[in-house]
Amino acid sequence: MARFAHSPLFSRRKRVNTFALGLSALAMAFGLFWLGWILLTLVREGFAALDLVLFTSSTPAPGSTGGLLNAIVGSLLMAGLGTLIGTPVGILAGTYLAEYGQRGWLAPATRFINDILLSAPSIVVGLFIYTTVVSRMHHFSGIAGALALSLIVIPVVVRTTDDMLRLVPQGLREAAIGLGAPKWKMITEVSYRASSAGIATGVLLAVARVAGETAPLLFTALNNQYLKFNMNEPMANLPVVIFQFAMSPYDDWHRLAWGGAILITVGVLGLNIAARIIFRKKV
Amino acid sequence: MSQTSAIPPEEIRLGVRGLNFYYGKFHAIKSVTMDVRKNHVTAFIGPSGCGKSTLLRTFNRLHELYPENRTTGQILLDGEDILDRKVDATALRSRIGMVFQKPTPFPMSIYDNVAFGVRLYEKLTQRDMDERVEWALTNAALWNEVKDKLHQNGNGLSGGQQQRLCIARCIAIKPEVILMDEPCSALDPISTARIEELVHEMKKDYTVVIVTHNMQQAARVSDYTAYMYLGELIEFGQTDKIFTKPAQKATEDYITGKFG
Repeated sequence: MARFAHSPLFSRRKRVNTFALGLSALAMAFGLFWLGWILLTLVREGFAALDLVLFTSSTPAPGSTGGLLNAIVGSLLMAGLGTLIGTPVGILAGTYLAEYGQRGWLAPATRFINDILLSAPSIVVGLFIYTTVVSRMHHFSGIAGALALSLIVIPVVVRTTDDMLRLVPQGLREAAIGLGAPKWKMITEVSYRASSAGIATGVLLAVARVAGETAPLLFTALNNQYLKFNMNEPMANLPVVIFQFAMSPYDDWHRLAWGGAILITVGVLGLNIAARIIFRKKV
Repeated sequence: MSQTSAIPPEEIRLGVRGLNFYYGKFHAIKSVTMDVRKNHVTAFIGPSGCGKSTLLRTFNRLHELYPENRTTGQILLDGEDILDRKVDATALRSRIGMVFQKPTPFPMSIYDNVAFGVRLYEKLTQRDMDERVEWALTNAALWNEVKDKLHQNGNGLSGGQQQRLCIARCIAIKPEVILMDEPCSALDPISTARIEELVHEMKKDYTVVIVTHNMQQAARVSDYTAYMYLGELIEFGQTDKIFTKPAQKATEDYITGKFG
């Protein structure tokens, strides 16, 4: 080693290394700076807005006191129903892609379209549900909101299920088939077990994704001033409330918007942490 | 190819008849004909890519998993052609089990690993299943090491133990033939010795076909040896004969290490 320590090639390589390392550190600092700023503002403004009333009463008229109960309930209901609809569809489609998709054109085509759906702007999804559901039912509703969210859940779950199943070693499948297991049994008892943590992580990340979606709800669930459990009516939800309240001229509405923002952020953070813990434990 | 020893017809468990195998366009096995004797160990040897693993996997019809694979010819199990589409692959696999190169414990408990195959074919009471699992693990020389942790995950075992677990899983369904695809290549010498001992024991109850890269292993464990090269069966006969006086120059070169 010492033989080359002072060669020009070696010192040049060291300089290039230092330079590249410096550049990437700068880039990281640049990114983290904004992220830190956003989080700091959010935490400062958000936690100041948190109090008991926020969780116990519904959105107020300007000038009166109120909380976000109706929006919290609406968000939970719609994200929950959206996940409930989207997860089985996503897992089944992902299973088809990974386990049955070796032959023919259907699987590659589906995978390609799914990837487009995955990166489609969520406002397009909202508009789609608006034209297919809302305009036919002639009113906004929680169901329409949940449907829009499920369309965002599906491609995420399809993708993770597909990826996670394709990570299952082929030897494991051959071992199950070699014992005489029919294919469905091999999938349900071996492939799913081997990839369960990954698939569960995908579902949690999908929930985290839809928890903060505004655009698809704007055209579908809209908003509601009152606490409602009937999903056939317009439904309040955190992202749209944040959007409307933050745009308003009233200070106490601003405060509630910050409170909603911190709730969503903490919720999404919690889901991400849960996803990591599950994934680490099992894989 | 020279047939150095005839196996009496009633002693033949598997008969390969003019078997050809294609991976897409690639002709991987070229009209192979040979017999596998009941309750004996038959070893397939040959350099990498000679088709020995392919031939072994065809006995269990694993090649059907991949649509581009194709065979012609016959493999007779007690006289019945198992490559015939009319033969149910699941039923076939209950009679011909397989142990793979890499240990493949399923992501479930040791108990469930062994019970997995049994549950595919038989509906046993809890007590009968317990007995069957113990029997299989005992015969795979693993029972004493795992009897206190049957409900722990099979992945927690060492490589050698995992491979014996796979052997237990295979014999638990009481097959007639056990195929082993380089079962020791991922194992240390001590684990290898245990598996070889096991193979020796197993031929009392089963017909064993083993693929190996290790010539000494073939000499130690097998009664019959088939030497394959580039998809052809070059020589097949009793192991002593193949290793002491091979009829073919090519076999001799491979066995003595001049080639391969």
